[in-house]
Amino acid sequence: MTIEEVQQAIIADFSVYEDWMDKYTYLIELGNELVPIDAAYKVDQNLIRGCQSRVWLQQKMEGDLLIFEAESDALIVKGLVALLMKVFSGRTPQEILDAEPYFIDEIGLRQHLSPTRSNGLMAMVKQIKLYALAYKQILSQKK
Amino acid sequence: MTFNYKDIRKDFPILDQKVNNRPWIYFDNAATSQRPLVVVEKIHEFSLQTNANIHRGTHFHAIKTTEAYENARDIVKEFLHAKEREEIIFTHGTTESINLVARSFCERFLSEGDEIIVTEMEHHANIVPWQMACERHHAKLKVLPFADNGNLETDLLESLISSRTKILAIAHVSNTLGTVNPIKEIIRIAHNHNIPVLVDGAQSVPHITIDVQDLDCDFFAFSGHKIYGPTGIGVLYGKRAWLDKMPPFLGGGEMIDKVTFEKTTFNELPHKFEAGTPHYVGAIGLGSAIEYIRKIGLENIAAYEHQLLTYASDKMKELGGMKFFGESPNKTGVICFQLDQIHPFDLGTLLDQLGIAVRTGRLCADPVMDHYEVTAMTRASFSFYNTMEEIDRFIDSLIRIQKMF
Repeated sequence: MTIEEVQQAIIADFSVYEDWMDKYTYLIELGNELVPIDAAYKVDQNLIRGCQSRVWLQQKMEGDLLIFEAESDALIVKGLVALLMKVFSGRTPQEILDAEPYFIDEIGLRQHLSPTRSNGLMAMVKQIKLYALAYKQILSQKK
Repeated sequence: MTFNYKDIRKDFPILDQKVNNRPWIYFDNAATSQRPLVVVEKIHEFSLQTNANIHRGTHFHAIKTTEAYENARDIVKEFLHAKEREEIIFTHGTTESINLVARSFCERFLSEGDEIIVTEMEHHANIVPWQMACERHHAKLKVLPFADNGNLETDLLESLISSRTKILAIAHVSNTLGTVNPIKEIIRIAHNHNIPVLVDGAQSVPHITIDVQDLDCDFFAFSGHKIYGPTGIGVLYGKRAWLDKMPPFLGGGEMIDKVTFEKTTFNELPHKFEAGTPHYVGAIGLGSAIEYIRKIGLENIAAYEHQLLTYASDKMKELGGMKFFGESPNKTGVICFQLDQIHPFDLGTLLDQLGIAVRTGRLCADPVMDHYEVTAMTRASFSFYNTMEEIDRFIDSLIRIQKMF
């Protein structure tokens, strides 16, 4: 699926929940399903600033694709992280740079997370984009 | 006295609203309290009818404003049972009050190799200013620890004190553990060694009657917004003997006696420490808040809040997987806790979704987090306008959330 298709699928998944508590239950499920990252990567260097909970983000290149692995100690945040992984992990740096995660607004997550929390989410998107930019430059130098 | 909360709640119209389609429950009182209508009206009325800068004019409203501001000082003086009105300094809040002492006291009395004692349960505002002072003067910060139940290890105090100890800074009530520290005893011990004591009263003034003369503390700091007054206003009480010897904190208007480019001489207390146009509207609002709680009676407030605390603690204990941080038998209406393995961020988010406001995170007390080896906590803190019914709904919400994980 393209980034666009994944975002549409997430929006469709969330549209079935009318009550916010159900949306959170779903996020917690997603969080529980997220594959934990290797403990070796849970270091300060991989911590995302601006989150009330701790979020670790680890990346690597496989061929042309940028693979992200992330985890949080809070389950709701882990659910949000899982969504971002679905959208951004396993894409080319250019795809990542071209994409805007509009699904966050569409499923009402931005308004339901306070500014500090939202900043954490935004900080993570920013970090993902920074990695994409860095790898794009590395790839272009290789060519 | 039987406490009629229905009447009390009428005084706080802000409480009568819905958040996320549910009646709002405000359990974040240790962060800031709500303001009663009389305080809001006082500020409103003053702004509409009386505003003029204080201490400077000869005109009608300048005089009226000055009188109102100085009257607020008298109210605070009575409230703290201070000896003299000049010992009451208006500041921006507890943080500025502590910074004032850490800056001015230390400039005069702290030298290289000296020591300052704080406790392990302090809010960052009662750690960082002293740390900064120690760095400036090459002095050392020593820490009095607390036990796992939340009680200070007061027995260790004597062993921390040395001939180089210059000041001891301690919270009256911990903002995380809720512990009411035995400050009178601690002050007595410190004074036996001629060491002055600053008391951080931010968390105690809304619950405990303060008599600075009886406590014999040298400095006492608190904030207006935690005691049903406005934000941006706070108080530093200091014994005249100390304040007279301390150099000014900030330079500017009002704090001077005479200025030439060669030399400035400084004004008398309390103005020496109130540079610039003070937050007189805030001070007047604070005065009105103090009058309000005096009318209700701090003893009545404390007794009712204790009922809330006991009721909530007992009900929370009945839930499996509940861990409390701070179980001193002598504590205010503050409960820091961990439910199962649910992260405080998740718990706070879900409680908010159910219309309940609590505090989550590190609570401006990293050393307390480190003590219990946790990265965050959830804190529910009660005030006299909260009700048993609200606690019931809080418990029901915790049960509901518990099932989600």
